[in-house]
Order: sequence, then C-alpha cells, then structure tokens
Amino acid sequence: MNVMAAQRWDFRGGIITALTLVWAILWAFPLYWGVISSLKPDSEVVRPYIELWPETPTLENYISALTTTQIGAWYINSVAVAVGVTAITIFISMLCGYAISQLRFPGRTALWWLILASFMVPISALIINHFVLVANLGLINSWAGIMLPQLIHPVIVIVYKQFFDQVPKDFREAAVMDNASEFGILFKIYMPMNWGVTTALSIVCFIWTWNAFLWPFLSVTRTEMMTITVGITQVNDAFGVYYARQLSAAVLAGLPVALAYLFFQRRVTEAITLSAGIKG
Amino acid sequence: MLRNFRTERLVALVLVAPFLAVYLLAFVYPTVQMFRISFTDAPLIGAGRWVGLDNYLRLDNDPIFRRAVWNTAYFVLMTVVPGTLIALLIALGVSRLKGRFQALVLALFFLPYILPVSVVYLIWDWTLNFQFGIAMHVLDWLGIPRVPVFKSRVWFLPAVAGVTIWWTAGFSILLFLAGLRSIPAEIYEAAALDSSTRWTTFRRITWPLLWPITSLVFTIQLILQLKIFDQVYLFSIGGRPNDNMVLVYYVFQKAFQQNQGGRAAAVAVTLFVLVVVVSVLQFQLLRFAERRRR
Repeated sequence: MNVMAAQRWDFRGGIITALTLVWAILWAFPLYWGVISSLKPDSEVVRPYIELWPETPTLENYISALTTTQIGAWYINSVAVAVGVTAITIFISMLCGYAISQLRFPGRTALWWLILASFMVPISALIINHFVLVANLGLINSWAGIMLPQLIHPVIVIVYKQFFDQVPKDFREAAVMDNASEFGILFKIYMPMNWGVTTALSIVCFIWTWNAFLWPFLSVTRTEMMTITVGITQVNDAFGVYYARQLSAAVLAGLPVALAYLFFQRRVTEAITLSAGIKG
Repeated sequence: MLRNFRTERLVALVLVAPFLAVYLLAFVYPTVQMFRISFTDAPLIGAGRWVGLDNYLRLDNDPIFRRAVWNTAYFVLMTVVPGTLIALLIALGVSRLKGRFQALVLALFFLPYILPVSVVYLIWDWTLNFQFGIAMHVLDWLGIPRVPVFKSRVWFLPAVAGVTIWWTAGFSILLFLAGLRSIPAEIYEAAALDSSTRWTTFRRITWPLLWPITSLVFTIQLILQLKIFDQVYLFSIGGRPNDNMVLVYYVFQKAFQQNQGGRAAAVAVTLFVLVVVVSVLQFQLLRFAERRRR
C-alpha cells in the first residue's frame, strides 16, 4: 500500500473490510465444521457443546466409509463419467464451434439457432424422455447411459465460436496459401491458440459433471453403478446414525472438485465468467 | 474456386456431424417426445392413448400440482432477490480487498458453489441437526427453542432457500466482481475529487453501471431456481415430500413413482413454458437495460 492510499485509509472503510472478513469466515464455517466433525470419533461428535478441534483426531470414519460402502466403485464411476463427458463435450463442441465460426455451409444459421434455443430448455424437464430413450437403448445402469443426456452444453460451443471468431484472419489466409487442410488449420493453429479456453472449459465441465445429481440418480438403480454424488446420499441405512461417517463420505465426494478449484482457481473463475457472460 | 466451396461444405459437415448427432438424439428428440406424450395417457415406458388436453385440464384441479406451483414460486421469491442482493453486498466487500488476500476471501465465499449438492446436503443436515447440530447450540445460547428445521412445514422451504443461497452465491459474486472490475477507475477518481460520499458514489455510479450485470444475475437465478429439485428431494428424505412439493419433484413423482408418463410430461411442459417465458423476458430486459445505458 503506498503513502497516498495509506493517507486515504479511513475508519469506515476499515469497518467494511473487517465485516467482509468476519462474514467470509462465518460463510465458510459450515464447511470447516463438516470436515472437523469427520475427524472426530463417534463419542466426540455427539457432545452437547461446541468443540472447534477434535480432542483425539482420527481417520477411523474415513476407513469405515471406505470399507463398509462401495465408495471405491462410485469413485471409479464418477471419474469415468466426468472424464468421458468432458472429453466428448469439449471435442464435439470445439469442432462445431470451429465450423460455425470459420466455414460457410448450408444450415449454418439454423444450427446456430438450435444451439441458442437449447439454452432455454430446462434439461430437468426432459428427464422422462431421457429415461425412455436411455432405457430403450439398454443403457440404464451403464456409464454411457449416465453420460448421454449430460453431453448437452450449448455454452461451450458458443464460447469456442467466439474465441475462433477473434483469431485474426491473416493466420487462416497464410495457412490456406500453404495448402493446409481445414483439419490442419484447426488442430495446428486455432486449437493451440486457444489452449487456455480449452483448459478452462474442461475444468468447469468436469466439475459440472462430477456434481450432477438428478440424472445420475434416475439412470442408475444398482448401487455399484452409482456415481459418488448419488451414492453418498443413498446409504444412510448403512451408516445408521453415524454422522461422522456420513461427513467423511461427503468430504471424499467433494475433495476432487474442491482440489480442482483450488489448483486452477483462476481458470475456473475465468471459465465461469466467460460462460455466464454469453448473452446469446 | 467452385471445388473449394464443395470441400468446405464437406469438411463442415464432418465437423458438425458428431455434435449434431448428440443434439438430435439427446435434445431435439426428447423435447419433441415430451410434448407428444403429454397428450397421451402413457405410462413411464410404453405407448399410450391420445387423450388431447386431458392431462392439462386435470392439473387445474390437482391440489398437489397447485402446491408444487405455489411452493416453486415461494422458493423463487425467497432465493432470487435476497440471493442477488447478498451476492452484490459480498462482491462490494471483496472488491475492496487486494491481491492474494482478495483471492483467499473470494475462495471462502466461492467454495460452496463448487461442491456437489449431496455434500451441501450432508453438511447442512449436520449443521442444523436437531439434536447435535451446531446451529442448535447457537439457538440455545440465544434462548430460542430448537426447531427441527427440515421436518417443519413452516421452516422447510425457507431453510432450503437459505442453504441454496449459501450454495449458489459464489457464481453471482463472480459475475458482480467482473462487473465491478470493468468500471473504469477514472470515474471513481472524479467522484472522489467532487468529494462525493460513499453512498452517493454507489447510488450514482456503481449501481447504474452494474445494472446490466444485476439483471443478468437476477434472471440466471430465476431460471435456475424454477428448476429446483435436488435440495428439496434430499432434505425431504424421511420427511413429508408432498408438503414440500415443487414442479420438478412432481414430474419425478408422477413419472418415476406413480408410473404416469403422460401426466408427468404435462407438468414438464408447464415448467418448460414457464422457463421459456422467463428467458424471453430476460432477453428483453437486458436489451432494455443496454439501450438505457447508451
């Protein structure tokens, strides 16, 4: 802070900053409380007073969550589905965004309108017909079945199109002069120039898919095929009233996305601002 | 030249085909089917008889549907306006901070948004647990009798709304921060030279310049909250879902628990129409705000 700013520092401004800080701590407190409770032995969790730090920290709850539930299988399912949806969505959206941005072809406007229109459709209203479709394809209780309806992310096509629009035309013209093919232009010039966007969109797409609840919940009936987000809510009986074990399962389910966010903080916020800033 | 055009079309077709295939299969086809079966008495899986508008007419006298509409509206009312205002306040506070410190405080506010709904559910179910929840200790201190929040008819939706604001605020905060950053510093410097008070500066400069973002956040929230299901379903476990009924929950109940695909589709179409109307209004509102700004 420089001298000028220090001089202008005022009492009321300081109060607002302090309030913001206190508010932030209170805001995150339930998260802290959940994590800390998951590290307490059963006897400590249900004490009638507040204990901000476990007296005897233990990993017992985590071990029992890992051994008494199928959390391992749920992890594998979640990773497979989230990676699959992300890879497919990013790939097909990039190809489509490139075509709409750089190529002239019949039906281009109609396709663009279809993408814009899909913004308006509440995907959760389509659950009945998604279920019928996936059941008819014989994909209930399968990774492909969980993935299929989650491949609809119009935002990603639109973000790609806008980024490809911004690449200067000179690059394209030079490449055409060199007899590069369209695929060469896309994969050797346009895609590397937009790696940042691809990374950002991939991370948020992964987080969205990992967190999806309604569709994975509907399309899976067998416990071992559940994603972790669904799994941890369906096994209350297995835990009985062992709150600490439920919380440790919750921590395990939230950990990958929380870590992804903490590592790629800037990319995540960038991608979210990008995808929300799109106004059609 | 002519040859080039033809290859261009062919390449475009190849590039667009995978995306189009997914969209036709998972988006266009289900949407068309949703409308079609809403006019039949089909079960969840299988064909049904054409019944015309019967499914829609029945909704008019359906008390649970009415409750679903009312609860959805109530929920939207409790989340959208307060959620937008809280996010704006937080963004104003966070925007004063600098560098790493700002990133840290933002992370505290933003982290809940990143978590899956079931984690949010377990954490709040624990925090507000009637017997052992930390919130109940606070009520004890304050001398307020404990409330079994998620088993109470009166407190269920307000509590879920509060949890939802906590969960989703991070997204709105980000948008507001982006908006605040795009306001040029010179404008504030000019205001400071005029020795304008903090409140006047906010009312005359920040608020009008932030209006397009506010309306964007507001309508994104509106569309999102109309589709509320996950939290209501999870917090209703072991409770009384029919009292807490919302529109998507009703679609789920009709289709998957009562095996009435046609009736469920009529509810889904109603929701669909609601969301489309709100989206169109949003578009108009944004355009209006844009024009007013110029």
